[in-house]
Amino acid sequence: MNHRAIRAIYLFEMARTWRTLLQSIVSPVVSTSLYFVVFGAAIGSRISQVEGVSYGTFIVPGLIMLSVLTQSIANASFGIYFPKFTGTIYEILSAPISYFEIVLGYVGAAATKSIILGLIILATAGLFVPLHIHHPVWMLAFLVLTAVTFSLFGFIIGIWADGFEKLQMIPMLVVTPLTFLGGSFYSIDMLPSTWRTLALLNPVVYLISGFRWSFYEIADVSVSVSIGMTVAFLAICLAVIWWIFRTGYRLKN
Amino acid sequence: MSSIISVANLSKTYGSGFKALKNVNLDIKRGEIFALLGPNGAGKTTLISIICGIANPSEGRVLVGGEDIQTSYRKARSLIGLVPQELHTDAFESVWATVSFSRGLFGKPKNPAHIEKVLKDLSLWDKKDNKIITLSGGMKRRVMIAKALSHEPQILFLDEPTAGVDVELRKGMWEVVRGLQQSGVTIILTTHYIEEAEEMADRIGVINKGEIVLVEDKTTLMQKLGRKRLTLHLQNKLGALPESLSQYKLDLCNSGATLVYDYDTKGERTGITSLLSDLRTAGIRFNDLDTTQSSLEDIFVDLVRTS
Repeated sequence: MNHRAIRAIYLFEMARTWRTLLQSIVSPVVSTSLYFVVFGAAIGSRISQVEGVSYGTFIVPGLIMLSVLTQSIANASFGIYFPKFTGTIYEILSAPISYFEIVLGYVGAAATKSIILGLIILATAGLFVPLHIHHPVWMLAFLVLTAVTFSLFGFIIGIWADGFEKLQMIPMLVVTPLTFLGGSFYSIDMLPSTWRTLALLNPVVYLISGFRWSFYEIADVSVSVSIGMTVAFLAICLAVIWWIFRTGYRLKN
Repeated sequence: MSSIISVANLSKTYGSGFKALKNVNLDIKRGEIFALLGPNGAGKTTLISIICGIANPSEGRVLVGGEDIQTSYRKARSLIGLVPQELHTDAFESVWATVSFSRGLFGKPKNPAHIEKVLKDLSLWDKKDNKIITLSGGMKRRVMIAKALSHEPQILFLDEPTAGVDVELRKGMWEVVRGLQQSGVTIILTTHYIEEAEEMADRIGVINKGEIVLVEDKTTLMQKLGRKRLTLHLQNKLGALPESLSQYKLDLCNSGATLVYDYDTKGERTGITSLLSDLRTAGIRFNDLDTTQSSLEDIFVDLVRTS
Protein backbone atom coordinates (compact mmCIF):
# COMPACT_ATOMS: atom_id res chain seq x y z
CA MET A 1 0.00 0.00 0.00
CA ASN A 2 1.49 3.33 -1.07
CA HIS A 3 0.07 5.28 1.86
CA ARG A 4 2.21 8.33 1.10
CA ALA A 5 0.62 8.60 -2.33
CA ILE A 6 -2.90 8.38 -0.90
CA ARG A 7 -1.94 11.07 1.59
CA ALA A 8 -0.43 13.24 -1.16
CA ILE A 9 -3.59 13.07 -3.29
CA TYR A 10 -5.85 13.56 -0.28
CA LEU A 11 -3.95 16.62 0.96
CA PHE A 12 -3.70 18.03 -2.55
CA GLU A 13 -7.47 17.82 -2.94
CA MET A 14 -8.12 19.25 0.51
CA ALA A 15 -5.75 22.14 -0.25
CA ARG A 16 -7.87 22.85 -3.30
CA THR A 17 -10.90 23.07 -0.99
CA TRP A 18 -9.28 25.63 1.27
CA ARG A 19 -8.15 27.62 -1.76
CA THR A 20 -11.72 27.80 -3.01
CA LEU A 21 -13.36 28.22 0.37
CA LEU A 22 -15.98 30.68 -0.84
CA GLN A 23 -17.18 28.42 -3.60
CA SER A 24 -16.96 25.15 -1.73
CA ILE A 25 -18.23 26.00 1.76
CA VAL A 26 -19.67 29.47 1.96
CA SER A 27 -21.92 29.30 -1.09
CA PRO A 28 -23.77 26.09 -0.12
CA VAL A 29 -24.26 27.46 3.39
CA VAL A 30 -25.72 30.67 2.01
CA SER A 31 -28.09 28.85 -0.33
CA THR A 32 -29.24 26.50 2.45
CA SER A 33 -29.93 29.48 4.70
CA LEU A 34 -32.07 30.89 1.93
CA TYR A 35 -34.10 27.67 1.88
CA PHE A 36 -34.70 28.06 5.60
CA VAL A 37 -35.83 31.62 5.18
CA VAL A 38 -38.15 30.84 2.26
CA PHE A 39 -39.49 27.38 3.14
CA GLY A 40 -38.97 27.35 6.86
CA ALA A 41 -39.98 30.82 7.90
CA ALA A 42 -42.08 32.31 5.08
CA ILE A 43 -44.01 29.30 3.75
CA GLY A 44 -43.46 26.94 6.68
CA SER A 45 -45.28 29.22 9.08
CA ARG A 46 -48.46 28.54 7.11
CA ILE A 47 -47.98 24.78 7.10
CA SER A 48 -49.05 22.80 10.11
CA GLN A 49 -46.80 20.14 11.52
CA VAL A 50 -45.67 17.19 9.41
CA GLU A 51 -45.91 13.95 11.36
CA GLY A 52 -45.57 15.76 14.62
CA VAL A 53 -42.61 17.91 13.66
CA SER A 54 -42.76 21.57 12.67
CA TYR A 55 -42.20 22.09 8.95
CA GLY A 56 -39.00 24.10 9.39
CA THR A 57 -37.50 21.30 11.48
CA PHE A 58 -38.87 18.62 9.16
CA ILE A 59 -36.92 19.87 6.12
CA VAL A 60 -33.50 20.00 7.88
CA PRO A 61 -32.38 16.42 7.07
CA GLY A 62 -33.55 16.80 3.47
CA LEU A 63 -31.67 20.06 3.04
CA ILE A 64 -28.48 18.57 4.44
CA MET A 65 -28.82 15.59 2.08
CA LEU A 66 -29.48 17.93 -0.85
CA SER A 67 -26.16 19.68 -0.23
CA VAL A 68 -24.20 16.53 0.63
CA LEU A 69 -25.40 14.78 -2.53
CA THR A 70 -24.73 17.61 -4.92
CA GLN A 71 -21.44 18.64 -3.31
CA SER A 72 -20.10 15.06 -3.16
CA ILE A 73 -20.76 14.66 -6.85
CA ALA A 74 -19.39 18.10 -7.70
CA ASN A 75 -16.21 17.68 -5.63
CA ALA A 76 -15.31 14.22 -6.78
CA SER A 77 -16.19 14.73 -10.43
CA PHE A 78 -14.24 17.97 -10.63
CA GLY A 79 -11.33 16.50 -8.66
CA ILE A 80 -10.67 13.78 -11.23
CA TYR A 81 -11.92 15.64 -14.30
CA PHE A 82 -9.59 18.59 -13.83
CA PRO A 83 -6.31 16.61 -14.04
CA LYS A 84 -7.70 14.96 -17.17
CA PHE A 85 -8.50 18.40 -18.58
CA THR A 86 -5.12 19.98 -17.73
CA GLY A 87 -3.16 16.82 -18.52
CA THR A 88 -1.61 16.45 -15.06
CA ILE A 89 -3.26 13.02 -14.87
CA TYR A 90 -0.07 11.72 -16.55
CA GLU A 91 1.66 11.88 -13.21
CA ILE A 92 -1.01 9.92 -11.35
CA LEU A 93 -1.01 7.24 -14.06
CA SER A 94 2.78 6.94 -14.09
CA ALA A 95 3.12 6.78 -10.31
CA PRO A 96 3.60 3.51 -8.42
CA ILE A 97 0.07 3.60 -7.11
CA SER A 98 -2.84 1.21 -7.50
CA TYR A 99 -6.26 2.21 -8.75
CA PHE A 100 -7.71 1.51 -5.36
CA GLU A 101 -5.30 4.00 -3.83
CA ILE A 102 -6.15 6.64 -6.43
CA VAL A 103 -9.85 6.26 -5.63
CA LEU A 104 -9.14 6.35 -1.90
CA GLY A 105 -7.28 9.65 -2.26
CA TYR A 106 -9.78 11.43 -4.49
CA VAL A 107 -13.02 10.01 -3.10
CA GLY A 108 -11.76 10.27 0.48
CA ALA A 109 -11.08 13.98 0.04
CA ALA A 110 -14.39 14.66 -1.72
CA ALA A 111 -16.34 12.78 0.96
CA THR A 112 -14.48 14.52 3.79
CA LYS A 113 -15.34 17.85 2.29
CA SER A 114 -19.04 17.11 1.97
CA ILE A 115 -19.23 15.62 5.48
CA ILE A 116 -17.71 18.82 6.86
CA LEU A 117 -20.19 20.78 4.76
CA GLY A 118 -23.12 18.67 6.02
CA LEU A 119 -22.12 19.34 9.61
CA ILE A 120 -21.77 23.07 8.94
CA ILE A 121 -25.25 23.14 7.43
CA LEU A 122 -26.57 21.20 10.40
CA ALA A 123 -25.08 23.82 12.72
CA THR A 124 -26.51 26.61 10.56
CA ALA A 125 -29.95 24.96 10.69
CA GLY A 126 -29.67 24.95 14.48
CA LEU A 127 -29.67 28.72 14.31
CA PHE A 128 -33.07 28.77 12.57
CA VAL A 129 -35.01 25.91 14.11
CA PRO A 130 -34.84 23.82 17.30
CA LEU A 131 -33.10 20.51 16.57
CA HIS A 132 -33.05 17.25 18.39
CA ILE A 133 -31.20 14.27 16.97
CA HIS A 134 -32.54 10.94 18.26
CA HIS A 135 -29.80 8.71 16.84
CA PRO A 136 -26.62 10.78 16.40
CA VAL A 137 -24.48 7.73 15.57
CA TRP A 138 -26.90 6.60 12.85
CA MET A 139 -27.11 10.19 11.65
CA LEU A 140 -23.32 10.27 11.20
CA ALA A 141 -23.35 6.81 9.64
CA PHE A 142 -25.93 7.89 7.03
CA LEU A 143 -23.99 11.09 6.40
CA VAL A 144 -20.70 9.24 5.83
CA LEU A 145 -22.28 6.48 3.76
CA THR A 146 -24.06 8.99 1.53
CA ALA A 147 -20.98 11.20 1.15
CA VAL A 148 -18.80 8.24 0.18
CA THR A 149 -21.35 6.70 -2.16
CA PHE A 150 -22.04 9.92 -4.04
CA SER A 151 -18.37 10.88 -4.15
CA LEU A 152 -17.80 7.54 -5.89
CA PHE A 153 -20.66 8.38 -8.24
CA GLY A 154 -19.06 11.80 -8.87
CA PHE A 155 -15.70 10.13 -9.55
CA ILE A 156 -17.39 8.03 -12.24
CA ILE A 157 -18.96 11.12 -13.81
CA GLY A 158 -15.60 12.90 -13.73
CA ILE A 159 -13.96 10.05 -15.62
CA TRP A 160 -16.82 9.70 -18.07
CA ALA A 161 -17.10 13.43 -18.84
CA ASP A 162 -15.06 14.68 -21.77
CA GLY A 163 -16.17 18.28 -21.47
CA PHE A 164 -17.41 20.73 -18.87
CA GLU A 165 -20.92 20.43 -20.20
CA LYS A 166 -21.13 16.73 -19.48
CA LEU A 167 -19.63 17.37 -16.07
CA GLN A 168 -22.62 19.58 -15.24
CA MET A 169 -25.24 17.54 -17.05
CA ILE A 170 -25.78 14.60 -14.67
CA PRO A 171 -25.90 16.74 -11.49
CA MET A 172 -28.23 19.29 -13.11
CA LEU A 173 -30.53 17.02 -15.06
CA VAL A 174 -30.62 13.91 -12.92
CA VAL A 175 -29.46 14.43 -9.37
CA THR A 176 -31.09 17.76 -8.55
CA PRO A 177 -34.55 16.69 -9.80
CA LEU A 178 -34.28 13.36 -7.98
CA THR A 179 -33.34 15.14 -4.78
CA PHE A 180 -36.20 17.61 -5.02
CA LEU A 181 -38.63 14.82 -5.82
CA GLY A 182 -37.02 12.58 -3.21
CA GLY A 183 -38.86 14.08 -0.28
CA SER A 184 -36.49 16.84 0.82
CA PHE A 185 -39.38 19.17 1.40
CA TYR A 186 -42.25 16.75 2.06
CA SER A 187 -43.05 13.29 3.23
CA ILE A 188 -43.87 11.03 0.29
CA ASP A 189 -46.93 9.97 2.30
CA MET A 190 -48.33 13.35 1.28
CA LEU A 191 -48.34 12.23 -2.38
CA PRO A 192 -51.32 10.63 -4.15
CA SER A 193 -50.87 6.84 -4.20
CA THR A 194 -49.76 6.56 -7.88
CA TRP A 195 -47.06 9.16 -7.35
CA ARG A 196 -46.08 7.54 -4.12
CA THR A 197 -45.40 4.24 -5.91
CA LEU A 198 -43.43 6.09 -8.55
CA ALA A 199 -41.43 7.90 -5.89
CA LEU A 200 -40.27 4.59 -4.49
CA LEU A 201 -38.24 4.11 -7.68
CA ASN A 202 -36.21 7.18 -6.72
CA PRO A 203 -33.10 6.10 -4.79
CA VAL A 204 -32.83 9.47 -3.08
CA VAL A 205 -36.11 8.80 -1.24
CA TYR A 206 -34.39 6.04 0.74
CA LEU A 207 -31.42 8.20 1.65
CA ILE A 208 -33.51 11.10 2.89
CA SER A 209 -35.96 8.84 4.65
CA GLY A 210 -33.22 7.04 6.55
CA PHE A 211 -31.44 10.23 7.38
CA ARG A 212 -34.66 11.84 8.63
CA TRP A 213 -35.36 8.78 10.75
CA SER A 214 -32.02 9.27 12.54
CA PHE A 215 -33.23 12.75 13.47
CA TYR A 216 -36.91 12.36 14.34
CA GLU A 217 -37.68 8.65 14.15
CA ILE A 218 -40.11 9.31 11.31
CA ALA A 219 -39.54 7.61 7.99
CA ASP A 220 -41.26 7.04 4.64
CA VAL A 221 -39.75 3.58 4.28
CA SER A 222 -38.23 1.28 6.86
CA VAL A 223 -34.68 2.07 7.97
CA SER A 224 -33.28 -1.30 6.96
CA VAL A 225 -34.57 -0.74 3.43
CA SER A 226 -32.90 2.70 3.44
CA ILE A 227 -29.57 1.23 4.47
CA GLY A 228 -29.95 -1.62 2.01
CA MET A 229 -30.62 0.70 -0.92
CA THR A 230 -27.71 2.98 -0.05
CA VAL A 231 -25.31 0.07 0.27
CA ALA A 232 -26.61 -1.34 -3.01
CA PHE A 233 -25.89 1.95 -4.78
CA LEU A 234 -22.45 2.00 -3.18
CA ALA A 235 -21.80 -1.50 -4.50
CA ILE A 236 -22.90 -0.50 -8.02
CA CYS A 237 -20.56 2.50 -7.99
CA LEU A 238 -17.66 0.34 -6.78
CA ALA A 239 -18.35 -2.19 -9.53
CA VAL A 240 -18.37 0.53 -12.20
CA ILE A 241 -15.09 1.98 -10.90
CA TRP A 242 -13.53 -1.48 -10.86
CA TRP A 243 -14.56 -1.85 -14.51
CA ILE A 244 -13.20 1.62 -15.41
CA PHE A 245 -9.77 0.83 -14.09
CA ARG A 246 -9.69 -2.68 -15.45
CA THR A 247 -10.37 -1.44 -18.96
CA GLY A 248 -8.62 1.92 -18.67
CA TYR A 249 -11.85 3.55 -19.89
CA ARG A 250 -11.23 7.23 -20.75
CA LEU A 251 -7.98 7.12 -18.78
CA LYS A 252 -5.56 4.99 -20.75
CA ASN A 253 -5.68 4.31 -24.43
CA MET B 1 26.79 -2.56 -19.25
CA SER B 2 23.54 -4.26 -18.27
CA SER B 3 20.16 -3.19 -19.63
CA ILE B 4 18.02 -1.07 -17.33
CA ILE B 5 15.10 -1.09 -19.75
CA SER B 6 14.33 -3.96 -22.02
CA VAL B 7 11.51 -3.71 -24.55
CA ALA B 8 10.58 -6.94 -26.33
CA ASN B 9 8.21 -7.37 -29.28
CA LEU B 10 6.17 -4.37 -28.23
CA SER B 11 3.22 -3.41 -30.39
CA LYS B 12 0.51 -0.86 -29.91
CA THR B 13 -2.66 -0.62 -31.92
CA TYR B 14 -5.06 2.16 -31.03
CA GLY B 15 -8.81 1.72 -30.99
CA SER B 16 -9.00 3.43 -34.37
CA GLY B 17 -6.90 0.61 -35.83
CA PHE B 18 -3.81 2.81 -36.14
CA LYS B 19 -0.65 0.83 -35.44
CA ALA B 20 1.55 3.23 -33.46
CA LEU B 21 4.24 0.68 -32.63
CA LYS B 22 5.16 -2.41 -34.62
CA ASN B 23 7.13 -5.11 -32.87
CA VAL B 24 9.61 -2.80 -31.16
CA ASN B 25 12.70 -4.30 -29.54
CA LEU B 26 14.99 -1.98 -27.64
CA ASP B 27 17.47 -2.18 -24.78
CA ILE B 28 18.60 0.84 -22.82
CA LYS B 29 21.91 0.47 -21.01
CA ARG B 30 22.30 1.49 -17.42
CA GLY B 31 23.83 4.95 -17.11
CA GLU B 32 23.68 6.02 -20.74
CA ILE B 33 22.05 8.95 -22.43
CA PHE B 34 19.88 7.52 -25.18
CA ALA B 35 18.36 9.80 -27.77
CA LEU B 36 15.26 8.64 -29.58
CA LEU B 37 14.80 10.47 -32.84
CA GLY B 38 11.92 10.33 -35.20
CA PRO B 39 9.54 12.54 -37.13
CA ASN B 40 6.22 13.63 -35.67
CA GLY B 41 3.87 10.71 -35.23
CA ALA B 42 6.66 8.14 -35.42
CA GLY B 43 5.68 6.58 -32.08
CA LYS B 44 8.22 8.17 -29.72
CA THR B 45 5.67 9.38 -27.20
CA THR B 46 3.60 6.19 -27.45
CA LEU B 47 6.69 4.14 -26.62
CA ILE B 48 7.48 6.32 -23.62
CA SER B 49 3.85 6.32 -22.47
CA ILE B 50 3.76 2.54 -22.44
CA ILE B 51 7.03 2.19 -20.53
CA CYS B 52 5.82 4.72 -17.95
CA GLY B 53 2.36 3.16 -17.51
CA ILE B 54 0.26 5.86 -19.17
CA ALA B 55 -0.82 3.69 -22.09
CA ASN B 56 -1.41 -0.04 -22.25
CA PRO B 57 0.62 -2.16 -24.66
CA SER B 58 -1.27 -4.29 -27.18
CA GLU B 59 1.44 -6.94 -27.34
CA GLY B 60 4.91 -7.48 -25.98
CA ARG B 61 6.74 -7.03 -22.76
CA VAL B 62 8.73 -4.29 -21.04
CA LEU B 63 11.13 -4.77 -18.14
CA VAL B 64 12.35 -1.80 -16.14
CA GLY B 65 15.20 -2.63 -13.77
CA GLY B 66 14.26 -6.26 -14.28
CA GLU B 67 10.65 -5.67 -13.20
CA ASP B 68 7.72 -6.24 -15.54
CA ILE B 69 5.82 -2.98 -16.04
CA GLN B 70 2.46 -4.72 -15.79
CA THR B 71 2.83 -7.41 -13.15
CA SER B 72 5.34 -5.51 -11.00
CA TYR B 73 4.28 -1.95 -11.81
CA ARG B 74 5.04 -0.49 -8.41
CA LYS B 75 8.71 -1.43 -8.49
CA ALA B 76 9.07 -0.59 -12.17
CA ARG B 77 7.41 2.82 -11.98
CA SER B 78 9.21 3.94 -8.84
CA LEU B 79 12.47 3.78 -10.81
CA ILE B 80 11.20 6.20 -13.46
CA GLY B 81 10.87 9.95 -13.63
CA LEU B 82 8.89 11.28 -16.59
CA VAL B 83 8.94 14.73 -18.12
CA PRO B 84 6.21 14.73 -20.77
CA GLN B 85 6.25 16.80 -23.88
CA GLU B 86 3.34 19.08 -23.02
CA LEU B 87 3.52 21.49 -20.12
CA HIS B 88 0.93 19.94 -17.81
CA THR B 89 0.97 21.80 -14.53
CA ASP B 90 -1.34 22.65 -11.66
CA ALA B 91 -1.59 26.35 -12.30
CA PHE B 92 -2.51 27.42 -8.78
CA GLU B 93 -0.02 25.33 -6.83
CA SER B 94 3.31 26.70 -5.66
CA VAL B 95 6.50 25.24 -7.11
CA TRP B 96 7.46 23.79 -3.74
CA ALA B 97 4.04 22.21 -3.19
CA THR B 98 3.82 20.60 -6.61
CA VAL B 99 7.33 19.13 -6.43
CA SER B 100 6.69 17.81 -2.91
CA PHE B 101 3.39 16.34 -4.11
CA SER B 102 5.22 14.35 -6.79
CA ARG B 103 7.61 12.91 -4.22
CA GLY B 104 4.69 11.80 -2.05
CA LEU B 105 2.90 10.31 -5.04
CA PHE B 106 5.91 8.09 -5.68
CA GLY B 107 5.78 6.90 -2.08
CA LYS B 108 8.96 8.54 -0.86
CA PRO B 109 9.20 10.03 2.65
CA LYS B 110 9.52 13.80 2.91
CA ASN B 111 13.00 15.11 2.24
CA PRO B 112 13.11 18.90 2.04
CA ALA B 113 16.89 18.84 1.55
CA HIS B 114 16.54 16.81 -1.65
CA ILE B 115 13.78 19.04 -3.02
CA GLU B 116 15.91 22.07 -2.21
CA LYS B 117 18.84 20.57 -4.11
CA VAL B 118 16.69 19.74 -7.14
CA LEU B 119 15.22 23.25 -7.23
CA LYS B 120 18.64 24.84 -6.86
CA ASP B 121 20.13 22.66 -9.60
CA LEU B 122 17.36 23.79 -11.92
CA SER B 123 17.66 27.46 -10.90
CA LEU B 124 14.16 27.44 -9.44
CA TRP B 125 15.02 28.02 -5.80
CA ASP B 126 14.03 31.68 -5.76
CA LYS B 127 10.69 30.76 -7.37
CA LYS B 128 9.79 28.04 -4.89
CA ASP B 129 6.87 29.95 -3.38
CA ASN B 130 5.55 31.29 -6.68
CA LYS B 131 2.40 29.92 -8.19
CA ILE B 132 3.14 27.95 -11.33
CA ILE B 133 0.78 30.11 -13.38
CA THR B 134 3.12 33.08 -12.87
CA LEU B 135 6.15 31.30 -14.36
CA SER B 136 7.49 31.53 -17.90
CA GLY B 137 7.37 28.56 -20.27
CA GLY B 138 11.03 27.71 -19.70
CA MET B 139 10.53 27.75 -15.95
CA LYS B 140 7.45 25.55 -16.19
CA ARG B 141 9.50 23.07 -18.18
CA ARG B 142 12.07 23.04 -15.38
CA VAL B 143 9.33 22.62 -12.77
CA MET B 144 8.27 19.49 -14.64
CA ILE B 145 11.84 18.22 -14.59
CA ALA B 146 11.99 18.99 -10.86
CA LYS B 147 8.79 16.98 -10.32
CA ALA B 148 10.28 14.05 -12.21
CA LEU B 149 13.47 14.22 -10.15
CA SER B 150 11.70 14.71 -6.82
CA HIS B 151 11.60 11.00 -6.04
CA GLU B 152 15.22 10.28 -6.99
CA PRO B 153 14.53 8.11 -10.04
CA GLN B 154 17.18 5.91 -11.64
CA ILE B 155 15.76 6.56 -15.08
CA LEU B 156 14.65 9.88 -16.48
CA PHE B 157 12.50 10.23 -19.58
CA LEU B 158 12.69 13.62 -21.23
CA ASP B 159 10.14 13.94 -24.02
CA GLU B 160 11.23 16.94 -26.06
CA PRO B 161 12.87 18.63 -23.06
CA THR B 162 14.02 21.76 -24.81
CA ALA B 163 11.05 22.48 -27.05
CA GLY B 164 10.29 26.17 -26.71
CA VAL B 165 13.31 26.81 -24.52
CA ASP B 166 15.75 29.53 -25.53
CA VAL B 167 19.36 28.79 -26.48
CA GLU B 168 20.90 29.76 -23.18
CA LEU B 169 18.41 27.77 -21.12
CA ARG B 170 18.84 24.84 -23.44
CA LYS B 171 22.57 24.80 -22.77
CA GLY B 172 21.81 25.06 -19.05
CA MET B 173 19.50 22.10 -19.34
CA TRP B 174 22.17 20.06 -21.11
CA GLU B 175 24.44 20.76 -18.15
CA VAL B 176 21.76 19.49 -15.78
CA VAL B 177 21.31 16.34 -17.85
CA ARG B 178 25.05 15.68 -17.90
CA GLY B 179 25.21 16.19 -14.15
CA LEU B 180 22.40 13.67 -13.73
CA GLN B 181 24.20 11.16 -15.87
CA GLN B 182 27.31 11.57 -13.73
CA SER B 183 25.23 10.84 -10.66
CA GLY B 184 24.23 7.54 -12.28
CA VAL B 185 20.84 8.36 -13.77
CA THR B 186 19.98 6.76 -17.12
CA ILE B 187 18.45 9.29 -19.48
CA ILE B 188 16.22 8.71 -22.46
CA LEU B 189 15.38 11.80 -24.43
CA THR B 190 13.39 12.44 -27.52
CA THR B 191 14.08 15.54 -29.45
CA HIS B 192 13.47 17.43 -32.62
CA TYR B 193 16.73 19.31 -32.24
CA ILE B 194 19.16 16.91 -33.76
CA GLU B 195 22.07 18.97 -32.55
CA GLU B 196 20.80 18.11 -29.09
CA ALA B 197 21.16 14.40 -29.74
CA GLU B 198 24.52 15.00 -31.37
CA GLU B 199 25.62 17.01 -28.36
CA MET B 200 24.26 14.81 -25.59
CA ALA B 201 23.66 11.22 -26.57
CA ASP B 202 25.84 8.17 -26.13
CA ARG B 203 23.57 6.13 -28.36
CA ILE B 204 20.93 7.04 -30.84
CA GLY B 205 17.81 5.21 -31.86
CA VAL B 206 15.73 6.23 -34.84
CA ILE B 207 12.07 5.36 -34.94
CA ASN B 208 9.86 5.84 -37.96
CA LYS B 209 6.26 4.76 -38.57
CA GLY B 210 6.26 2.74 -35.37
CA GLU B 211 9.41 0.78 -36.15
CA ILE B 212 12.90 1.08 -34.77
CA VAL B 213 14.93 1.75 -37.86
CA LEU B 214 18.33 1.89 -36.25
CA VAL B 215 20.12 1.85 -32.90
CA GLU B 216 23.78 2.74 -32.87
CA ASP B 217 26.53 4.40 -30.87
CA LYS B 218 26.52 8.01 -31.86
CA THR B 219 30.15 8.11 -32.95
CA THR B 220 29.86 4.88 -34.93
CA LEU B 221 26.72 6.17 -36.55
CA MET B 222 28.38 9.38 -37.56
CA GLN B 223 31.31 7.49 -39.04
CA LYS B 224 29.27 4.79 -40.67
CA LEU B 225 26.79 6.99 -42.32
CA GLY B 226 28.92 10.08 -42.56
CA ARG B 227 28.96 11.61 -45.97
CA LYS B 228 31.14 14.39 -47.13
CA ARG B 229 30.36 16.98 -49.68
CA LEU B 230 32.89 18.67 -51.90
CA THR B 231 31.87 22.05 -53.20
CA LEU B 232 33.80 23.62 -56.05
CA HIS B 233 33.39 27.31 -56.78
CA LEU B 234 33.92 27.66 -60.52
CA GLN B 235 35.77 30.46 -62.28
CA ASN B 236 33.30 30.54 -65.13
CA LYS B 237 29.67 29.60 -64.96
CA LEU B 238 28.74 26.38 -66.72
CA GLY B 239 25.58 25.98 -68.77
CA ALA B 240 25.63 22.20 -68.55
CA LEU B 241 27.95 19.44 -67.45
CA PRO B 242 30.22 18.11 -70.19
CA GLU B 243 29.61 14.54 -71.30
CA SER B 244 33.02 13.45 -69.98
CA LEU B 245 31.88 14.01 -66.39
CA SER B 246 28.62 12.07 -66.60
CA GLN B 247 30.04 9.13 -64.64
CA TYR B 248 30.20 11.28 -61.47
CA LYS B 249 27.19 12.16 -59.36
CA LEU B 250 27.57 15.86 -59.74
CA ASP B 251 25.13 18.67 -59.20
CA LEU B 252 25.43 22.01 -60.86
CA CYS B 253 24.10 24.65 -58.50
CA ASN B 254 23.90 28.38 -58.13
CA SER B 255 23.03 28.85 -61.82
CA GLY B 256 26.16 27.06 -62.89
CA ALA B 257 28.59 28.77 -60.52
CA THR B 258 29.18 25.86 -58.13
CA LEU B 259 29.65 22.17 -58.58
CA VAL B 260 28.67 19.85 -55.77
CA TYR B 261 30.01 16.33 -55.30
CA ASP B 262 28.79 14.01 -52.54
CA TYR B 263 30.94 11.09 -51.49
CA ASP B 264 31.08 8.43 -48.83
CA THR B 265 33.99 8.58 -46.42
CA LYS B 266 33.57 4.89 -45.73
CA GLY B 267 33.94 3.98 -49.42
CA GLU B 268 37.27 2.56 -50.59
CA ARG B 269 37.55 5.15 -53.29
CA THR B 270 36.13 8.57 -52.83
CA GLY B 271 36.65 9.37 -56.49
CA ILE B 272 38.02 12.82 -55.71
CA THR B 273 41.37 12.38 -57.43
CA SER B 274 39.93 11.23 -60.72
CA LEU B 275 37.20 13.83 -60.57
CA LEU B 276 39.74 16.61 -60.20
CA SER B 277 41.87 15.32 -63.04
CA ASP B 278 38.83 14.89 -65.29
CA LEU B 279 37.79 18.43 -64.49
CA ARG B 280 41.18 19.69 -65.63
CA THR B 281 40.96 17.64 -68.82
CA ALA B 282 37.55 19.19 -69.49
CA GLY B 283 39.04 22.61 -68.93
CA ILE B 284 36.87 23.51 -65.94
CA ARG B 285 38.73 25.71 -63.49
CA PHE B 286 37.78 26.63 -59.98
CA ASN B 287 38.68 29.44 -57.57
CA ASP B 288 38.05 27.62 -54.33
CA LEU B 289 36.83 24.38 -52.85
CA ASP B 290 35.53 23.25 -49.50
CA THR B 291 34.33 20.02 -47.95
CA THR B 292 31.64 19.57 -45.30
CA GLN B 293 30.84 16.56 -43.12
CA SER B 294 27.17 15.68 -43.04
CA SER B 295 25.51 16.22 -39.70
CA LEU B 296 23.34 13.83 -37.76
CA GLU B 297 20.45 15.78 -39.17
CA ASP B 298 21.29 14.80 -42.73
CA ILE B 299 21.77 11.21 -41.64
CA PHE B 300 18.43 11.29 -39.93
CA VAL B 301 16.61 12.77 -42.87
CA ASP B 302 18.16 10.15 -45.17
CA LEU B 303 17.14 7.32 -42.86
CA VAL B 304 13.59 8.45 -42.48
CA ARG B 305 13.20 9.01 -46.16
CA THR B 306 14.46 5.57 -47.13
CA SER B 307 12.76 3.57 -44.39
